[in-house]
Amino acid sequence: MFEYAPAPESRSVVDIKPSYGLFVDGTFVDPVDGGSFKSINPASEEVLAEIAEAGNEDVDRAVRAARKAYEKVWGPMPGRDRAKYLFRIARLIQERSRELAVLESLDNGKPIKESRDVDVPLVAAHFFYYAGWADKLPYAGFGPDPKPLGVAAQVIPWNFPLLMLAWKIAPALAAGNTVVLKPAETTPLTALLFAEICQQADLPAGVVNIVTGAGDTGRALVEHPGVDKVAFTGSTEVGKAIARAVAGTRKKLTLELGGKAANIVFDDAPVDQAVEGIVNGIFFNQGHVCCAGSRLLVQESVADRVLESLKRRMAQLRVGDPLDKNTDIGAINSAAQLAKIRELSEVGAAEGAERWSPACELPDRGFWFAPTIFTGVTQAHRIAREEIFGPVLSVLTFRTPAEAVEKANNTPYGLSAGIWTDKGSRILWLADRLRAGVVWANTFNKFDPTSPFGGYKESGYGREGGRHGLEAYLNV
Amino acid sequence: MSERVAVRKTYKLFIGGKFPRSESGRSYIVQSGGEETANVALASRKDARDAVVAARAAVKGWAGATAYNRGQILYRVAEMLEGRRDQFIALGASADEVDAAIDRWVWYAGWSDKLPQVYGGANPVAGPYFNLSAPEPTGVVAVVAPEAPALLGLVSVIAPAIVTGNTVVVAASPAAPLAAVALAEVLATSDLPGGVVNILTGRLSDTVPTLAAHMDVNAIDLTGVTDADLAAELEVKAAENLKRVLRPAPVGHDWFADPGVTRMTVLLETKTVWHPKGV
Repeated sequence: MFEYAPAPESRSVVDIKPSYGLFVDGTFVDPVDGGSFKSINPASEEVLAEIAEAGNEDVDRAVRAARKAYEKVWGPMPGRDRAKYLFRIARLIQERSRELAVLESLDNGKPIKESRDVDVPLVAAHFFYYAGWADKLPYAGFGPDPKPLGVAAQVIPWNFPLLMLAWKIAPALAAGNTVVLKPAETTPLTALLFAEICQQADLPAGVVNIVTGAGDTGRALVEHPGVDKVAFTGSTEVGKAIARAVAGTRKKLTLELGGKAANIVFDDAPVDQAVEGIVNGIFFNQGHVCCAGSRLLVQESVADRVLESLKRRMAQLRVGDPLDKNTDIGAINSAAQLAKIRELSEVGAAEGAERWSPACELPDRGFWFAPTIFTGVTQAHRIAREEIFGPVLSVLTFRTPAEAVEKANNTPYGLSAGIWTDKGSRILWLADRLRAGVVWANTFNKFDPTSPFGGYKESGYGREGGRHGLEAYLNV
Repeated sequence: MSERVAVRKTYKLFIGGKFPRSESGRSYIVQSGGEETANVALASRKDARDAVVAARAAVKGWAGATAYNRGQILYRVAEMLEGRRDQFIALGASADEVDAAIDRWVWYAGWSDKLPQVYGGANPVAGPYFNLSAPEPTGVVAVVAPEAPALLGLVSVIAPAIVTGNTVVVAASPAAPLAAVALAEVLATSDLPGGVVNILTGRLSDTVPTLAAHMDVNAIDLTGVTDADLAAELEVKAAENLKRVLRPAPVGHDWFADPGVTRMTVLLETKTVWHPKGV
């Protein structure tokens, strides 16, 4: 492995305040009951800021503010004006992209090259895309005069904090809704910076409200009777609880939940490209990706060759300081997530799979997990069935295309899948049969605002992105 | 000469293309137009589970059929129904309702090869990739049919579910089972593969909770549920495997109006395929 000199991105570009209030009705306010929690840098365990914890009363205030803004300002506003606000926000995100990227890496632990080159550019692109829809809704295919729903409650995860915010807020606002969004408790900072961007854009007060907190805050928001729409991205378990909570209400629900994607490699696939795809599929964002290619299905005849090449490639991965521009794999987002990854990995070894990681020095402080693969995994193993949400790959083999389909679909999830083969007709044959919302053929983990994303089966329902993403926020 | 003794009909369930009695052996009596009474099968939880098995078995063939083929079969249903207008009128449907039901089959038949074009398409991603979104059927759909209008309501919930390749298990309204069984006879003679539509008669409380909780059902259409508490309870059960849920129809829903595409789209998944472009 080459030796690289440290190349850290400067964190002086971002000004983190010692404490943050809730963003309600256009201003930062203290919570009614005064609770707070700390957001830490998972790479160093240093406290970044003190964050207000929203209780029931705070959530109620935020929902009322959103309702008022919906009825008085945002609902009646012509689409072309809503569009201009969204374009403004998109521009501000581009202009402040370095600040956002550094803050995202500090709070989340993801490598700066990902937050800088993937997350933040996609965030800006998402706002640009939906900005253009705001005055074109009659052409979206949902009838001549589609109506917004009202107030949207949005709860997002910690793996792509700002990107998930964009996926939620951009289509909601374009369609004419107002929102109350709860970021994850371990990664609230970019959402709070986004609130400042809303102020800078002179977005009318109450159109976007950000309430910070943990599960209880999220529950209060989702169950609030003043909410017309609930959108959640996170675990399947919580998604089911939310589906039960909104049962019998008028609330429209969309869910983007867990996954256990199969990444299928055939014997005619170019090995080097496939290996890059496998690495990108499972180690991108520390494997904290709902659509991660966490099950490698490799055709038996090339399994040894692919694995040898994969291990060689994994040995080149640089794990460490998220702000270092050469870092490939950053910090695990939290102590709790690290414990979960460790536990499932131990189960994998105990159930008889063979564990392998490259020699890899991990920092002393912070939460770290070396990139890991398990070979000799069977479909009965927990590591082949449960979402690990970390840099851990389970390797299974197959002989025929039919067997690959059978194994790929043998999961309650259905978010994504990968196919690696040089044969076009086989790609299309498989793509038809894989029960997954996104199929990447000879590529993996590609995202775009125009491209609908979302799952089959227990990976949730509804789509985010594209024209389909509007449907979640329209009364259709 | 004595008056001819009429041949009366036995009304049974419709599962897997066959007409079995309820495995429970139970039935209930309903008026079948005029003075006659009919014994209608009282489906059990086991019948509901059997119907799901039949519906699941039919998914591969039906979802895999060409859109052209599915459209032709739905149009064939309209043809068969047209030939039986009088039968449904005798069962109590108005001529307008029967006509609307026939026309609705024709309307939906035409959607089979158009919805994927209207609802899917190429996405202009910012990169050198082919990117295409297309709708696919979600799988097995449980449907609670509305009580009235019996025939038009039934057609309006079945046709949008199956035209895209889903298969259905329908709980017919307990108050209007005869139109459902008569429609099953139409379906059985329309080249529709067995198991694509399965119809259960009897009490909703016997079959619908089983369908709502069934882990091999992908979606549930609660259109015909009029009790709000029951609807909420069924939605809670449906959350166990995250079934797609279509909530009850609002009171006073106009079944004669243009139905729009929502009844089809809510039972679809969108699959997006990416592939790099290059030489």
